[in-house]
Amino acid sequence: MDVLDLTRLQFAVVTIYHYLFVPLSICLSATAAGLHLAWLRTGSATHLALTKFVGKLLIVTFAVGVVTGLVQEFQFGLGWSAFAKFYGDVFGPTLAIEGMLAFFLEATFLALWYFGWGRLPRRVHAATIVTVAVGTLLSAYIILAANSFMQNPMGYALDPVTGRAHLTSFWTLLTNEVVLASFPHTMAGAAMAGGGLLLAIGLWRLSADTAFRTLSRLGAWLMLIGGALTAVTGDHLGKVMTAVQPMKMAAAEALYETTTGAPFSVFAIGKLGHEKPFLTVEIPRLLSFLGTGSFDGTVQGIDDLQAQYVAQYGPGSYVPMIPVAFWTFRLMIGAGVLGMAFAAYYLWATSNRRLRIPLLPAFLQMGAGVPGWIKRILLLAPLLPAAANTFGWVFTETARQPWLAFGISKVSDGISPGLTGAEVLLSLAGFTLVYGLLAVAWYRLVVHLARQPLSGTSEKTPAAEPVPAY
Amino acid sequence: MITFWFAILVLAWVLYFVLEGFDFGVGVLAPFLGRDEHERGAAIRTIGPFWDGNEVWLVAAIGVTFAAFPDWYAVLLSALYLPMVGILLLLAVRGVALEFRGKHDSPAWRRRCDRLLAGSSAGVALLWGAQLGVFVDGLPLGADGVVSGGGIGRSLSPLMTPAAGLGALGGLLGAVLLGATFLALRTTGPVRRRAVALARNGGNLGTVGLLLVGVAGGSRVVLVAAVACFVVGMLARQGREGGAFAVTAAGVAGAVVMVFTAHGSVVLRSTIDPMWSLTRAGAAASASALELITVAGVIVLPGVLAYQAWSYWVFRRRIASERVPS
Ligand code: HDD
Ligand code: HEM
Ligand code: HEM
Repeated sequence: MDVLDLTRLQFAVVTIYHYLFVPLSICLSATAAGLHLAWLRTGSATHLALTKFVGKLLIVTFAVGVVTGLVQEFQFGLGWSAFAKFYGDVFGPTLAIEGMLAFFLEATFLALWYFGWGRLPRRVHAATIVTVAVGTLLSAYIILAANSFMQNPMGYALDPVTGRAHLTSFWTLLTNEVVLASFPHTMAGAAMAGGGLLLAIGLWRLSADTAFRTLSRLGAWLMLIGGALTAVTGDHLGKVMTAVQPMKMAAAEALYETTTGAPFSVFAIGKLGHEKPFLTVEIPRLLSFLGTGSFDGTVQGIDDLQAQYVAQYGPGSYVPMIPVAFWTFRLMIGAGVLGMAFAAYYLWATSNRRLRIPLLPAFLQMGAGVPGWIKRILLLAPLLPAAANTFGWVFTETARQPWLAFGISKVSDGISPGLTGAEVLLSLAGFTLVYGLLAVAWYRLVVHLARQPLSGTSEKTPAAEPVPAY
Repeated sequence: MITFWFAILVLAWVLYFVLEGFDFGVGVLAPFLGRDEHERGAAIRTIGPFWDGNEVWLVAAIGVTFAAFPDWYAVLLSALYLPMVGILLLLAVRGVALEFRGKHDSPAWRRRCDRLLAGSSAGVALLWGAQLGVFVDGLPLGADGVVSGGGIGRSLSPLMTPAAGLGALGGLLGAVLLGATFLALRTTGPVRRRAVALARNGGNLGTVGLLLVGVAGGSRVVLVAAVACFVVGMLARQGREGGAFAVTAAGVAGAVVMVFTAHGSVVLRSTIDPMWSLTRAGAAASASALELITVAGVIVLPGVLAYQAWSYWVFRRRIASERVPS
């Protein structure tokens, strides 16, 4: 591995790690806000207890999101300073505005909410957690806009003197068709991620408190609805991608020749290459439909695109790693579908209504409850959306290769000059070690928090407090 | 326009170092001023609602640096690669130790969190101080604005200088003094008593030390710092904790401003050839980017300052560190 590969690996490791926690924060803050508002309306003790419980999960998850996000903010200068100089004009303002607009909001109002029980008027207090939820959506949108610029550069001009990219319209950057499509998709993925966590915790503690039943079913609904929305939004995102980066979607299907009425293969065994794989299961014409919206649409193949790009951008290979693109795309969808199946089964099995369907085994009947062995499988629910999110990003980023920003600059041109392999190796080891420890601590704390009896059946008022400091 | 943004940038860094500075100080001091778990908890609770908001000033400061002076951001971070990664890792440990501490009732867990918090806080204060020292000295920038070298020494060797060493010491002392005056202001009971004593003694010690250095080196700046230290010690003795904190904060702010303006319009001096130094104009972004963040900053930052001030107001009550007999 050379410096470039190591730097890429490090970027991938820290970014994927950050993105394990981010979707949880997004979903948990929205859930806490929803539960808090529900409690304001109903005054129900269950709602209050769940609000506080989700709040604790949110605080510990958010902390990991914050400290790993800080690393992201520095990554562009640490490992990719050539890129930072070249795109500073586009990226810098975007990141600065994200910080000013969204991160201050999240950090300040989350603290006001968490420590504010009994200190703020009730409505103002509820408004603080709603503000946090809005803040997470804002930050997600802005950073996705920055990423969408890499996928489909817009709103910039190249300076004829310095050769650098200049921002010409921030509005164009914010309304890039890629971010308009990827924001709903990632938010649906976030709902699945948070839902999976709540489902698992609620199920694990089902017998401890009736509130956990509510929690687990809430999680299952989030997972099911989020899953359905990822499919709808993902379909749209695929169409946008086919238009702006046809090579990516051709790679996702390992489609070498331009084809009319192209099939979608569910999986393939054998080499993905020009020859037919050993075994495939295909759905006729589906790929054409996914990419173009018509079953008879024409999907461009890798060979044609490669020839076209050589003519356009000069010699070189413009083909990403086909097996990675092919498999990550399928695994993303597969993990999502499996997650939805988990959620649907759980909602069915724990329903209050009972319905006897002939021929169905007893444990599959509606409202039959969850047998122990299935329970153990269902506890893995949080892993599925996390995997789907990760595969989605690996697909998105690797199938953009060799481009850093599509059509303008290549990954190999972005790395920091002067950076040595030893430095990157050392920092990669440091990140791996510290992030590993954080993950262990986070997991242990979440388990510990879930074990506690649900508290907060009455609104805590702070005890008589000392004098003000100022 | 460039000067205006340079001013905003310095303001963001100043706010960061002052605000996070007292967090670092409280982190370092909690195990020393808190004799038992209850007292340590009280000390740490004084920053509970604030540390994250304070840390976002780092996001803002680095974001503004990236936005207004992309070349500076690029050169600084890649040239000081390993020290910066060190800061990020320590900040990661720190934030998580702080936030996770109170969520588990086991004494062993809390003790471990306290130690990690103190160690990482001290480490970050030292590293930031050292880096500020490096800014004053400059970096071996080549003609292409790149620091070259082999192995891990490339980005570590700039820290092996007297300036960096002094900076590290100054960083830690500044953080400890900020932390002590903040704890004195924000607690009651034994922690408050010990924090006041520390601020008094620290102020006096600092006065003597800085006087010696200032007279020996003939530096007026250091003498001003000595006076500031004296005032802090005096205010602490008189029980005027708010004043003591304000003067300490002003001292730290002044020091940061001086570091950033040490070389006039040169933002990063090349120690090899002054010709290769990075200037404000040379590092600045295009006019359109500067305009965009100006508009955004003018609209957004006053709101940020307002709601952060509000949160300091909501949590204005002191934290009791004495035990309430139950
Ligand atoms: C729980 C998570 C999850 C699930 C179930 C799905 N996805 Fe996804 N997908 C993501 C989570 C995700 C993601 C991690 O959020 C990505 C990475 C980048 C992005 O914008 O979203 C992504 C990227 C991504 C891309 C690439 C976009 C780009 O290059 O910018 C496409 C075409 C799809 N997805 C399509 C789908 C389809 C058709 C799905 C199901 C039927 C699907 N995804 C399920
Ligand atoms: C490489 C790109 C990224 C950078 C530079 C980045 C930067 C950051 C930073 C600095 C923080 C901490 C904020 C704080 O202190 O409160 C953060 C947290 C957050 N980020 Fe990222 N981020 C990146 C990727 C993403 C993506 C892809 C999303 C969403 C789709 C996202 C959404 C969020 C959200 C919602 C938070 C707040 C919740 C939390 O802290 O967990 N970020 N990010
Ligand atoms: C702000 C926007 C972003 C920029 C500028 C950016 C840029 C980069 C760069 C420079 C690399 C290394 C070179 C490469 O291999 O392509 C990379 C790789 C990667 N990034 Fe992004 N990225 C951004 C956001 C994200 C986000 C938010 C995620 C996911 C959460 C992500 C996931 C990945 C992954 C998985 C890789 C590894 C791919 C590989 O090494 O080939 N990126 N990205």
